[in-house]
Amino acid sequence: MTAGAAPGGRASSAPLIGNDREPTLFEMSVPGRTAYQLRTTGIPVRPLAELLPAELLAESPTDIAEVSERDLVAHFTRLSHRQFSVDLGAYPLGSCTMKYNPKLCDTIAAMPGLADVHPAAPASMTQGWLELMVELEDALCEVTGMAAATLQPSAGAAGELTGLLLMAAYHEANGDRRRRVLIPDSAHGTNPASAALSGYEVTTIPTDERGLVDLAALREALDADVAGIMLTNPNTAGLFEEDIAEIAAAVHEVGGLLYYDGANLNAILGVVRPGDMGFDIIHMNLHKTFATPHGGGGPGAGPVAVSQRVVDFLPGPKPTRLEDGTFGWSTPPRSIGRVHGWHGNTLVLARALTYIKVHGGDGLRRVAERAVLNANWLRRRISEHYPAAHDRICMHEVVVTGTALKRATGVRAIDVAKRLLEEGFHSPTVYFPLIIDEALMFEPTETESLQTLEALAEALDRIAVEAHEHPDEVTAAPRTTPVRRVDEARAARTLIPTEDARV
Amino acid sequence: MPDYMPHTEAEIESMLAFLDLASIDELFDAIPKALQVTGGLAMADGAPEPDVAFEMQRIAAANRGAASRLVCFAGAGAYDHEVPSVVRALAGRGEFVTAYTPYQPEVAQGMLQAIFEFQTLISRLYGLPISNASLYDGAASVTEAINLAVASSKRQGVLLSTGVHPTWRSVVKTFARGTGHEIIEVGLVDGRTDLASVAGREDIGTVVVPQTTFLGTLDDLSAARALCDQLGAVMVVVSDPVLASVLKSPGAMGADVAVGEGQPLGTALSFGGPYLGLFACSAAQVRRLPGRLVGETLDEEGRRAYVTTLRAREQDIRREKATSNVCSNQTLMAVTAAIQLGWLGTSGLAEVAARCISSTRHLAEAVTAIDGVELLLEGVPVARDVAITTPLAGEVLLERLADEGFLGGVALSALVEEGDGSVDPALRERTIVMSATERRTADEVERFTTAMATVIR
Repeated sequence: MTAGAAPGGRASSAPLIGNDREPTLFEMSVPGRTAYQLRTTGIPVRPLAELLPAELLAESPTDIAEVSERDLVAHFTRLSHRQFSVDLGAYPLGSCTMKYNPKLCDTIAAMPGLADVHPAAPASMTQGWLELMVELEDALCEVTGMAAATLQPSAGAAGELTGLLLMAAYHEANGDRRRRVLIPDSAHGTNPASAALSGYEVTTIPTDERGLVDLAALREALDADVAGIMLTNPNTAGLFEEDIAEIAAAVHEVGGLLYYDGANLNAILGVVRPGDMGFDIIHMNLHKTFATPHGGGGPGAGPVAVSQRVVDFLPGPKPTRLEDGTFGWSTPPRSIGRVHGWHGNTLVLARALTYIKVHGGDGLRRVAERAVLNANWLRRRISEHYPAAHDRICMHEVVVTGTALKRATGVRAIDVAKRLLEEGFHSPTVYFPLIIDEALMFEPTETESLQTLEALAEALDRIAVEAHEHPDEVTAAPRTTPVRRVDEARAARTLIPTEDARV
Repeated sequence: MPDYMPHTEAEIESMLAFLDLASIDELFDAIPKALQVTGGLAMADGAPEPDVAFEMQRIAAANRGAASRLVCFAGAGAYDHEVPSVVRALAGRGEFVTAYTPYQPEVAQGMLQAIFEFQTLISRLYGLPISNASLYDGAASVTEAINLAVASSKRQGVLLSTGVHPTWRSVVKTFARGTGHEIIEVGLVDGRTDLASVAGREDIGTVVVPQTTFLGTLDDLSAARALCDQLGAVMVVVSDPVLASVLKSPGAMGADVAVGEGQPLGTALSFGGPYLGLFACSAAQVRRLPGRLVGETLDEEGRRAYVTTLRAREQDIRREKATSNVCSNQTLMAVTAAIQLGWLGTSGLAEVAARCISSTRHLAEAVTAIDGVELLLEGVPVARDVAITTPLAGEVLLERLADEGFLGGVALSALVEEGDGSVDPALRERTIVMSATERRTADEVERFTTAMATVIR
């Protein structure tokens, strides 16, 4: 590494002025104060009672908050200063792929011509949007090795539900009623929740000592009642399911389909494709793999791509390239119907296509290579104090276990995570996957530098040493953040979900 | 090779050496060779940002219907409202845009407090004590509301008014394939849900009605409440958040759950997404609330703090027993809505609502003065949308109006399927739905009317 270079991803220098609480918008409100300015229209505003039945009108307008534009800006700027983000520093939150979000993508998504198009405008007036969506569908199909895709689902979980309804429609069209979906015990919680909402019973498949699907248990569970299996590959332990060809053959053998949870697609871009592994249905999380910003927990986008045998069931209407080279809408012959009020989270789609165009096929492969390189470097670098749950080459993320540290010092995974905040890094994901004790899941992503990884590792080493020497220091963390550990039990017991619920 | 990765060649070599690997390909040895991509993906190589920006500008220029090119009289669930610079600037701050779900509340108080303020605002607009942190869009909100109501009433029958936006109804029916809910669509009579048509159907445990229909008319919520009382059903009201500021709130009209599309609160037309699903409910339903909920609490030094709460409802804990699979939501749009509402304030939001209602009436009066142009529903009050019939097929009319510089509305034939109970089948083809927001001027309406008179002749 380049000796002496300062890490770009460590946020510990961020200044936080003072320790006061930020008032709410409502606490700043002064009756009669205004900020808004509307266009001069020349259309007189008539009394509402002349236009609508009086009995439907409220006596007075809803009380919002009355602040000046200057105070509005100050308030939300100060709130933004109380928020960790990728822009601020490294965010190695496993399973979430918190990579750098290129600013160009935001600029494109805000462009007039894209951002100001009405969703019901006729196809003749939205040729650009239709072309963009067709091009993105083509790119996503090439990356995943699939035949066609829907761009409608708003997020990964919406994609899962869509994919499972596609699975059900496929079986139903074959006159086949199947009741069960197989899901490994390491899966994301959305998988079983989506399966239940699709009308399926869930059969849980155990993980073996390698951290992979227990092939024998899988074969045991397979029969003609199995609609399919939901797999994440690489799985949530950060490991590639190396028996995937055998798994695919066994599931297909009994007439089931394979569903790919694309949460971890970043690890395999341009290296291996779900379609080539034998998957029939896949959702992607564009906000992970294709760097569209997470927005504090959304918006995402969860397109679903499918193999040839499922194509006819895709949601519609679908953007389509017509024979004359123009673009229109078409609905697949046996479509399950709409899964979005309009066409999907389209501005997110525009960001993703921009990202894909900058990287190209060659760049996407470099993304996977460097994401995996960073995760493995970190895995080995921190292994002295934080051994990997499975000591082998991992993919884009590594799950380490704090079991030994806890036994020796009483310091838990959550304490390490909280103490890391003081060091200027966002915490890793903790206690997931559920099957790994005291799990800490790190996903550094490809956009963090070696210097940042080294600084992160040094911070983790310091915390481990401190856990042995002064465990109370670790469990007291964080102390430098805008608030310290919060009373979650109190929040649930005395629910205050709005300003008006305060006693 | 344009990208955003920091690695120098020397660093890659040193990292591989640290791992005792000879090449980067060895990182992927666990993947069977036979499955691996050979020869690279069949895609163009990467291109530098300026090249991509030019290409995306070309694509954007091909959208003739953009509101920056055509004066927008289209509504029907998506509205061309003023979004000022201050809202764009604040909502575009990287701290909000590039954060994730507030799993570590100590470093997420900014987002959490903004969501708390959003929840307060939606709770007030809908007149119900609980609002979640948002869902994907209006269609997702009504779908989740039905899931909640069916779980609560333990009856599969769902009355769904055809006054609810047609594409939302399509979404509801798609997801009902999985849940097995029986969706009973009920037509409109004079712009109101024909509740009499389901009298005595005790299999109905959920009633979904709009405060204002997608045709602009106002439904009879008192009658819907009476029906719910009679059936012991859960009342779900679909409500436009702008109109909600001047109408009696869904909660005041007896709703157990109120849902809506939050796009009018600061989100651009965006070709339909990302939008903002609004969801509020009574205290009795809070344990079934889908999505995230932020609550106020204290930190260990007694300072006010915010945190996501009642987490035991959520999919990552309940897995297959969860009543919703929602993980992410539309937090950024929720924060945007809080900022937009803060900018509008009490009087600004009410003025926007009043202008939308007044200007849509002004528009309707102007165009119906043209020979052959009539209201779809004569004598029925409308709020922010109005349906008119003309001698031309709606889709033809819109193409001709576009040539004159206007997005004249939404053709009903593109919005509702044949045989839909919301509209007289004989008139569907010739009906368009129009809207004038607070941004439309008297001059625009006058020029539009002249253009419509010309293209119809």
